[in-house]
Order: sequence, then structure tokens, then C-alpha cells
Amino acid sequence: MIPISWSLALSAVLFVIGVIGVLVRRNALVIFMSIELMLNAANLAFVAFSRDMQSLDGQVFVFFVMTVAAAEVAVGLAIIVNMFRLRETVFVDEINLLKG
Amino acid sequence: MLWLIPALPLAAVLLNLLVGGRLGRKGVGWLACGAVGLAFLVALRAVLRLAALPEAQRTVTDTVYTWMRVGDFSADVSFLLDPLSAVMALVVTGVGFLIHVYSTGYMAHDASYRRFFLYLNLFMFAMLTLVMADNFLLMFVGWEGVGLCSYLLIGFWYTRPSAAEAGKKAFIVNRIGDVGFILGMLILFAWGGSLNYARLFAVAPHVFAVGSTVITTATLLLFLGATGKSAQLPLYTWLPDAMEGPTPVSALIHAATMVTAGVYMVARTHVLFQLAPVSLQTVAWIGAATAVFAASIGLAQNDIKRVLAYSTVSQLGYMFMACGVGAFTAGIFHLMTHAFFKALLFLGAGSVIHALSDEQDLRRMGGLAPRLPWTHATMLVATLAIAGIPPFAGFFSKDEILSSAFASGNTAVWILGLAGVVMTAFYMFRLYILAFRGQPRLSHEAEHHLHESPPSMIVPLAVLAALSVLGGLVGPPMQEGGHAFARWLAPVFAGGEHAAAAHHAVPMAVEWGLIALSVVVALAGIGLAFRVYLQDPGAATRLRERLSGLHRTLLHKYWVDELYDATAVRFVHGTARSFWRFWDTKVVDGAVNGVGYVFEGFSAVLRLFQTGFVGTYALFFTLGVAALFLHLLRH
Repeated sequence: MIPISWSLALSAVLFVIGVIGVLVRRNALVIFMSIELMLNAANLAFVAFSRDMQSLDGQVFVFFVMTVAAAEVAVGLAIIVNMFRLRETVFVDEINLLKG
Repeated sequence: MLWLIPALPLAAVLLNLLVGGRLGRKGVGWLACGAVGLAFLVALRAVLRLAALPEAQRTVTDTVYTWMRVGDFSADVSFLLDPLSAVMALVVTGVGFLIHVYSTGYMAHDASYRRFFLYLNLFMFAMLTLVMADNFLLMFVGWEGVGLCSYLLIGFWYTRPSAAEAGKKAFIVNRIGDVGFILGMLILFAWGGSLNYARLFAVAPHVFAVGSTVITTATLLLFLGATGKSAQLPLYTWLPDAMEGPTPVSALIHAATMVTAGVYMVARTHVLFQLAPVSLQTVAWIGAATAVFAASIGLAQNDIKRVLAYSTVSQLGYMFMACGVGAFTAGIFHLMTHAFFKALLFLGAGSVIHALSDEQDLRRMGGLAPRLPWTHATMLVATLAIAGIPPFAGFFSKDEILSSAFASGNTAVWILGLAGVVMTAFYMFRLYILAFRGQPRLSHEAEHHLHESPPSMIVPLAVLAALSVLGGLVGPPMQEGGHAFARWLAPVFAGGEHAAAAHHAVPMAVEWGLIALSVVVALAGIGLAFRVYLQDPGAATRLRERLSGLHRTLLHKYWVDELYDATAVRFVHGTARSFWRFWDTKVVDGAVNGVGYVFEGFSAVLRLFQTGFVGTYALFFTLGVAALFLHLLRH
């Protein structure tokens, strides 16, 4: 059996990859995918703990997270599509109307 | 229905504002005169009803609504008709109506015809509120209202800098008096617990000891207000300058009605003044001093309206003199007759000015009698009335004041009053002779346009002349139990007229002597004027040269304006300037701008974080979460 620390380590690595992806990538779609990566890192941690503690609560949470993620993707993609229609770009550094 | 009396002019103001532009000149004139005329009829009906009541019940109040109520304090918008306010309301609406009619002729060629009648009606509303209010607060509303209208009408021709200046002067000098009025009112409320006349006067004798400091201070402060509004020493300087306004305004506001508000107020509060003998003495002395002081300035003025202005100040002094010696009836009597003959004098002067194409200098008039027969006849009546020649109105009232002063034992005040009579007779006949008699000294152009005024101006002159002849007959001297006018006012001044009681204690022979003396003195003044200005043409010049110092002093009005400018005005200006330079620009502006600079600095730094790139925000977000995490993990 794989010890929990391995699973958690993998989860942490995935999360950090997601964070770095959000911070350094310019394409909104890739940023979006990185966010999904972070969510799934969290899911992995939930499942790992659930197995370790012999409790189903973590599994239930994962379902919630996946549902929310699906909804978020729907909204987020709609925003990105609209953004592309308006500005003909999905690069976030070209969208800086809020600059003070 | 009392509220209707002030409400009618107010309604005319509103109508004039709303639809005045569509009425045309004729319509505006009819509206303004009609409203005031109607107010006079309503007032007359109310007074006749009042007269039908038994003497003791002659006070009618009409509460329109409660204005404010705070704790024990309440102030109503409530009107009072008693014999005193009846006299005032009739004089204000009656003389006011005549002057409105006169104005339709006098202002016929003015561009701002509508604005003039708007202000004039507004003035009538404020003045009627003042004289018919049943409490100090509502009276103060009228008091300030007439001050405002006075300012607006003095500065009516505001494109002339001198008119704008005169309006400002009147307003500011009146403010000084008003501070006194407000403080006096507050003291009365603090000690007496009410501002309603009836309630305050009922408790006054129990609350205030005779001659106590509180009541003396309160009445002196009220009197300060009266000196401002009624142009007495030391606050009289605004009235002569107020002659910058159109002549009907001088007649209505600065002779017949508004300036008598101070006298009315002192008479109204006679219950309080009688509790403060020191205040009464002050009133008498200020009145007597003003009467002589202003009359002496009037001797040397060359502007026809200015002579009349100083004469008004002087006559108001007589009214205060009467109040000061306790003869309130005589004061109000003189107020009424003065309203008649002084309004007539001003309107007559206006008619002369109108006829001479706006010439006001007496030195460029003369010989007008045959050319302006109606103006001349009515002016002569008014001049005789103010000089105190029987049987004209001014004789009765002025004589009553003088004999009351004599009877009350204030001999010095009486002598001052008598000196004033000589001067009054002299300067009034000087004006009359310089304007109407002798050789014409008109400019060629004025001569060319010379014309008698239209009927709309002559008819009011004739009515006022009739009143100036007959007005005094309501109060002939030496009547058993007081004359008709005194009996009418008796319910108001009941029990208060100790001087009047003393007056009747003077033996018959002494009283005849006093009358004869004042008539002889007046005749002497008139004779002197005829001798100096008509019979001996060189006499005036010789007199001026012999008394050149005195003449210069009088011509320059004792340099009082210069004195005030050098002291009070300079002081206020200087203080204001240093406040502006230091406090306003340095402290206030500095604080405001300083706050601005601080926030500008902060925001310059904060703006660096707002890049507009989502990535930057995400980075800060991540760093923040990481920092929070570290913080949580450490504990």
C-alpha cells in the first residue's frame, strides 16, 4: 500500500505546478487549466485522507468539488469566449483596462 | 380674517412673480395697488369692528398656525389687532396705498417697473407682519423682512455704485441694531419665559423688579435695535444715504413706515420700559439729542432729499423723546401725523425731481411755484405741518410731545426739543423758498422739460395734504379726560401713562403758555428763513461767510461718516483682512490642501500595485495566502 505521504507529496507538487501555471502563463485557457490542476490536487489530497482515515466524508467532498469545477468551467469558458469576441485575444496581459 | 391684511400684498407678490410678465405695465400697477388698497379696506373693516367692542375687550388675535413648539416655548404665526396695531395697520396700508398709486406715475418710464412693485408689495407684507404680530418672534420676522426690502429698494438702481453702496450700508448698520434686538429678546425669554406680548407683559411686573439690571439691560438692547431701524444716534448714518433709492421708496420706507418701527416697538413694549427708568431716560435723551443733531445738519444740506432725510431722523427723535418721557400716546400720535406730512414732503420732492428731469440740488431750483401749482400748494401744507403751525397736523402732535416733556420734569429735554422746533421751521422753509420761491436757477434743459406731474401723482399728494391738515384734529390739546386719539389708545397704555397724568396736572395757563411759546418759536424760525433766503438775497452768503467754520461742519455732517470710516469700518476691514491673510489662506486652506497632498502621496504609492495585469493580482493573492499559511503553521 502506498503511504499517505506519497499521495500528499504528489498533491502538493500538482498544486504548485498549478499555481506557477496561473502566475506565469499568459493564455487564459492555460491559466484555466492550471486552476483545474489545483482543484484536482486538492481532490487527490481529499481522497488520500479519506482512505487513510477510513471515512467517506473526503470522497463526498471530492464530488462537490468536481461539480463546482464543472460549473466554473462552464462560466469561465463563456467569459473567455466573450472576451475573445470583444478583444480578439485570450492573452491576459493585453487585457488591462483596470489599470489605475 | 386678520391674516388677510398681510396676506393680500403677499398674494400680489406671488402673482407678480408667476404671471407678472404677461400682465404688462398696466396690469402690474393695478395688481400692486389693488392688493394694498384691498388690504386697507380689510384693515378698516377690522378696525371698525374693533371700535364697536367695549373698551376693555379691544384686543383681537387671530392664530393662523403654531410655528414651532419646543418644550415650554411656543411661537405662533398669530396676528393681533388692538388700538395700537390698528393705528399702525391703517397708517401703513393707507399711506402705502397712496404711495403705490403715486409710484405708477413716478416709475412709469423705468425699465424695472415690475421688479419695483414686487419689492414694494413684499415690503407691505413684511411691515404689516411687523405691526400686527402678537409675539416678538413674528415681529422680528417682519423686522428683518422690512430690512431686506429696504436694502433691495435702496439699491434698486444697482448699476449706480453709490446706490449699491448705500443699500449695503443700510443693511450692515441695521445688523448692529438687530444684534441688540435679538439679545434683548433672548433675555426676555430667559427670564420671562415667553415671547408672546400678552403673556410676557402679564408676568413682567412680577418677574422683573423696577430698575433691576436685567430689565434695564433687556430694554436697552431692544432700544439699540430701535436706534438701528429708526435711525437714531449713533446708528442714524444709513438713512441719509438711503436717499439713493427711488423717491416713493424714500417716502414709504424711509419716512412714513419702516423707520417708525422702532418707535412702535418701544411703544409696544412700554410695560417693560416703564420697569426700567434708566432705559426710559436714555430713550428720552437719545431722542432729544438726535432731534437737535439731525436738524442742525439739515440746515446746511443742498440735496432736497437729504434735507428731508435729516428732517426724518430729527422727527423720529421727537417720537423717541415722547416715549422716553412716558408719553407713548404723543409718540404714536406724532408717528401718525409725521407719516402723513413726511410722505407728502417726499412725494412732493419726488414730483419736483420728476418735473426737473432728475435734478435734486436745491441750488439749481427756485421759482417753481407758478409752474408746478399743485405740487407747490401741497408742499406748502406739508411744510407748515412739519414746522408746527396750527391748525396743521404736526402742530398738535409736536406740541403734545413738548408739553409732556415739560410736564414730566425733563426741562433739559424740553429745551432741546424747542431748539429743534426753531431749526425744523428754518430748514423746512429754507427748502421751500429755495425750491419754489425767488428767481429760477434752473439749467436750460430742465427749464425746457419743466412740467406738472400726471394725475396719478397729484391725487395722492392732494389726499395726503388733506390728511396733513385734518390729521391733527383727532388730538386737540386740553380735553377733559384726554383727546379722542388718547382715549382710543388708552386700553393699550392703560395705567402706564404716568406722564400723561402729570401732564393734566399742569395748570391751564401754563399749557397755553407752552403752546404759544412753541408757535412763536416756530414762527421765528420761519421768519428768519424768509428774511435770509427771500427778502435779502445776499444775507445767506454773508451768513455763510461769517459762520464759515460752523457751516463747513454742518455741510460735512459733523464728519460722522468720516469718523465711523476711520474707526469702526477701518477696524473691521483690517481685522477681516488679517484674518483672511493668516487664518483663511494659511490655516484653513493649508489644512484642506495638506489633507489633499497626503492622500495624493499615499495613492501614488498604492497605484503601483494596480497594474491591470491579472497575473500580478494572482501573484499578490498567492503571496498573501502563503503568508497566511506560514502564520497559521507557526502557531
